[in-house]
Amino acid sequence: MPLTGPAQSFGAFLIRGLLAGLIAGLLAGVFAYTVGEPKVDAAIAIEEANAHAAGDDGHHDEELVSRDGQKGGLFLATGLYGAAMGGLLATAYTVLRRRLRTPNDTRAALGLAGAALLGVVLVPYLKYPPNPPAVGNPDTINQRTISYLAIVAIGLVAVWAGVIAARTQPVEWRQALAGVAGFLVVVAVGYLLLPTINEVPDTFPAALLWNFRIASLGTQAVLWSALGLGFAALATRPVREPAREAVPVA
Amino acid sequence: MPKAQAAQPLTTPAVSPRLLWTALAVVALMLLLTYLVAFDQGAVSQSGMYLHELMHDGRHLLGVPCH
Repeated sequence: MPLTGPAQSFGAFLIRGLLAGLIAGLLAGVFAYTVGEPKVDAAIAIEEANAHAAGDDGHHDEELVSRDGQKGGLFLATGLYGAAMGGLLATAYTVLRRRLRTPNDTRAALGLAGAALLGVVLVPYLKYPPNPPAVGNPDTINQRTISYLAIVAIGLVAVWAGVIAARTQPVEWRQALAGVAGFLVVVAVGYLLLPTINEVPDTFPAALLWNFRIASLGTQAVLWSALGLGFAALATRPVREPAREAVPVA
Repeated sequence: MPKAQAAQPLTTPAVSPRLLWTALAVVALMLLLTYLVAFDQGAVSQSGMYLHELMHDGRHLLGVPCH
């Protein structure tokens, strides 16, 4: 029985993607911990001050996990999220590799990671920028979650549309132009169709909001850069496999 | 020592229906994992709000709507 089925080769890429994703997630966690956590702390202080001002004793939420626990949980969250993104990147690479018009594997892996950063992070980020604690109305969380998922889907469709549009053109500069245009048309339609959400209280410090959002963007940038580079390095590294009894002819 | 093949790059397999189904299953699994980190409030993890609260800061800093 041949041991080298498609699933097994897919497995080789999947393991590499999960590993690169886990490492990238932990690196993003380090960035989020050092750059982002001070902002989260500051925002939580405002949240609690608001609760006190509103007459709450500040303990209406039974504290399930301490702040220190949440700071540790940050690494769990980014690590698992990174691993999941790595698994998705490896799957996309396996299924799409032969349709990407480059002979260069590293370029293909980095291109897919860049496309994901654009579609899954940057497009959603500009429509629905992330918010720190104390910003956001709990009553609208379901609607905001649905809108967020919709813009992630639109971001992916936009990247796909850009690639399709670019491929209709024969010359390089026209490919670039068509690609950007195809991408922007889908993004613009998505931005116009989806509801605008602004739940930032007037009293929330603008500088803190800005710094938090930059920290959040940095976290995702670290994650996807490290994931792209890590996966490209692992997936394109030559491997020495032990001799098999029968090497099936492809 | 058994004869070892020379080191060579991994190549992606041809896309067969079987590969596509496997890929689909993996995508579903990865999305479930993402859901657990980014959106679950105890319904799937069956941990009450514990995991949700534990990963609270990660959700904010990854840019997912939280509360």
